[in-house]
Amino acid sequence: MTNTYLKRYLDPWEELSHINRAFNFRASECRREYPAVNVWLNGDTTLVTAEVPGVKREDLDIAVSGDTVTLKGRRPKEELSDIDTYHRHELREGTFSKSIKLPFNIDADNVNAVYKKGVLSVFLPRLESEKPRNIKINS
Amino acid sequence: MTVEKKEMKKKEVEIEKGIDRISSAMVFTPAVDIIEHTNDIVLIADMPGVDEKSVDLTLEKNLLTIHGHVEIETSDKFKLLISEYGLGDYERTFKLSDEIDRDKIHASVKDGVLKLVLPKAEKAKAKKIPVTGQA
Repeated sequence: MTNTYLKRYLDPWEELSHINRAFNFRASECRREYPAVNVWLNGDTTLVTAEVPGVKREDLDIAVSGDTVTLKGRRPKEELSDIDTYHRHELREGTFSKSIKLPFNIDADNVNAVYKKGVLSVFLPRLESEKPRNIKINS
Repeated sequence: MTVEKKEMKKKEVEIEKGIDRISSAMVFTPAVDIIEHTNDIVLIADMPGVDEKSVDLTLEKNLLTIHGHVEIETSDKFKLLISEYGLGDYERTFKLSDEIDRDKIHASVKDGVLKLVLPKAEKAKAKKIPVTGQA
């Protein structure tokens, strides 16, 4: 669902008048897909940020293929001995994988990723050849 | 998806009845693990966006409050299109039992995770009583 809505949302000619609806509907739809992401736009660059606390930098994996970016990672389980007990266990552990489809092909050579404070930021520029071009009109 | 199905949406801090917030900023309750070991109790709190400089711990009587401030860095140049998680600070309060040695609490932050080690006071540690067979 993320994909359809992102595609529609990023397309300026569609859904323009339904911003709020798209927001609300999508938010409730994708609540359970880990990790939660925010998607930002600045010109031709899309920024995907994800909250993945407790995941080490080396355990994060970002793959770009065509118009899709996939975030993968693993958070190790706390090591407990037999006599240790959980009083609260609210944190999630284990592996995750989430794909986000953008409405354009990604320039994979220029993708830039930053990981700090448990927040992953992936900058995804649009492929140069797909950017809109001005067409000269001949008289 | 092998990640356990847990409530994923960040929970906003519940405000006591009769108290209003002045600031419009959101405050979330961080999810925690609390694990009891033989000699200490370890509290692990997920606070993505927080580092060792932006976390505050206060101990008042037996109430330990953790507060983490999140700087929102990207919002200037980038326009937020889709938001699956909210941005804001974290706050949660815990009641410590008497068995915790308040002077030896140790805190560290790594990859947006706060880890508190709360050592048990000497007298609270379980003593192991050796059992010897009859000679």
